[in-house]
Amino acid sequence: MGLVESGKMPKPLTNLLNISRRYSIWIFQWGLACCAIEMGAALGSPRYDVMRLGVIPLPASPRQADLVCISGTVTDKMVPAIRRLYDQMPDPKYVISMGSCANCGGPYWDSYSVTKGVDQIIPVDVYVPGCPPRPEALLEGIVLLQERIRHEDMAERWKGDPIVVT
Amino acid sequence: MTAISDRQKLAYVNAQAADGRVNLEFETEEGMTLNMGPQHPATHGTLRIVAKLDGEQVIHCEPVMGYMHRGYEKLLEVRTYPQVNTLVNRIDWLGSFTNEVPFILASEKLMGVEAPPRAQWIRTILFELGRIANISLFLGDTALHMGGMTAAFYAFRDREFVLNQIEAVTGGRFHPNFDRIGGLKDDFPKGWIADTKAVMARLRDFCDEIEDLVVGNEIFQARTRGIGIIPGDIAQSYGLSGANLRASGVDWDLRRDVPVGLAWDQCDWTVWTHPDGDSFSRYWVRLQEVREATKIVDQLCDGLPSGPIMAKVPRIIKVPEGEAWVATENPLGEMGYYVVSKGDLGPFRVKIRTASFNNISVIPWVTRGVYVPDVISILASLYFILGDIDR
Ligand code: SF4
Repeated sequence: MGLVESGKMPKPLTNLLNISRRYSIWIFQWGLACCAIEMGAALGSPRYDVMRLGVIPLPASPRQADLVCISGTVTDKMVPAIRRLYDQMPDPKYVISMGSCANCGGPYWDSYSVTKGVDQIIPVDVYVPGCPPRPEALLEGIVLLQERIRHEDMAERWKGDPIVVT
Repeated sequence: MTAISDRQKLAYVNAQAADGRVNLEFETEEGMTLNMGPQHPATHGTLRIVAKLDGEQVIHCEPVMGYMHRGYEKLLEVRTYPQVNTLVNRIDWLGSFTNEVPFILASEKLMGVEAPPRAQWIRTILFELGRIANISLFLGDTALHMGGMTAAFYAFRDREFVLNQIEAVTGGRFHPNFDRIGGLKDDFPKGWIADTKAVMARLRDFCDEIEDLVVGNEIFQARTRGIGIIPGDIAQSYGLSGANLRASGVDWDLRRDVPVGLAWDQCDWTVWTHPDGDSFSRYWVRLQEVREATKIVDQLCDGLPSGPIMAKVPRIIKVPEGEAWVATENPLGEMGYYVVSKGDLGPFRVKIRTASFNNISVIPWVTRGVYVPDVISILASLYFILGDIDR
């Protein structure tokens, strides 16, 4: 990957790599609350069948995953575990935040023990709104992320800067 | 590196410190400490289990809770009665409608209103549908923990049909928010009853399938029979309820024993118990519970009375001063609300009694001396939901 690191990626090679990465996403399921069941329905049930999108929902550990789906209420006690998980994932890594709770606190916006938004601790690429979002909504989020990966500038990505979320 | 604000840094540092404290509590001198969770496929969510091992054997096993504590009881103090309904849906997220019912019943008791019969029957039907949606997932999930993946796919497949029926009435796949003080939001849509009966027939087929595939499976029996035995008196003294209690031979079901006004006494069904008290019997009792629930729904659909679905209640709901306790038999066990009202728009204080909290309190007792793989079997068969433990 010397080419990538030096920042001189030829266009055709970028395209090729992006297409391959787009259709071989290993998604780590970080199910926390109610939304985890809808994520399970989207990723594990025969009705929605996520593998047709080129997504494999069964990595053994975050160290083998490209994408993590944080679904459910993030509590203050859970925060260090999430951060550690994110640090363990290899670059390039992506994050989907599923459900109002993970996006902004949701129905617990005034609770003392809930972290209002997982983007306070890790950068998020795609927000899927809803309480809970339907499985179709999560699939849509994954498709959007795939679009994004398709048009990514590899050299930029490999510098290791996190995606800026403000 | 950009994009990390001071606020993020502070949250991170604080969180690390909190985590360090928890780790310190479990430092041991002798033996080995095995940490399962907080995120572990075998813990049904974010329960953390810390086990002290001697070789393969568990000396002591401790559940660490609080990873899903969302502060319900405090939040309910600042919500009005209709808003509370939205929130309590999310306690046991697999059978959401079942969480609303006891709270609504307690509020109705305080206000002195009673829902018309049709509303009570529809409540019971939705309650049982919630139970089916909840436990059918358990049937697949437990098999998954024992290494059988197929049953989990079957469970997800057939559960979708139940969710469809719930969605057709309430508009939500599993957070319906449909119950109102004094009745229900809406009536059944056209043609719903015929569809539901077809789904119930399908669910009974699913139960037969599970019976062949999982219950009759030798490996499953070897992993669960004689594992994690909880005798009846121990179960009672730990406050177990629901199928966990019935699997220990105690014949106790709130639906039959403490009538709260819903329509269970109008139909013919059985409370199943099992004398063994092991993991297998807990699975078996729940399987029968789904079968009975499909029967209840069928009978209630047949005899549905006509009439209004809403009693006369004021537009702005104010509950008079008083205290009330109502508990019902939820899919996980006894769930109850103790509502204290001071005559305001919202409750003054609500105590929530959830089943899983008591059900997991038996874990340290039942896992003494078992082997590590049996811990998974015991956890899976005890069946808890994290929102239900931590609230
Ligand atoms: S967004 Fe809603 S459904 Fe999802 S975890 Fe939060 S409360 Fe549950």
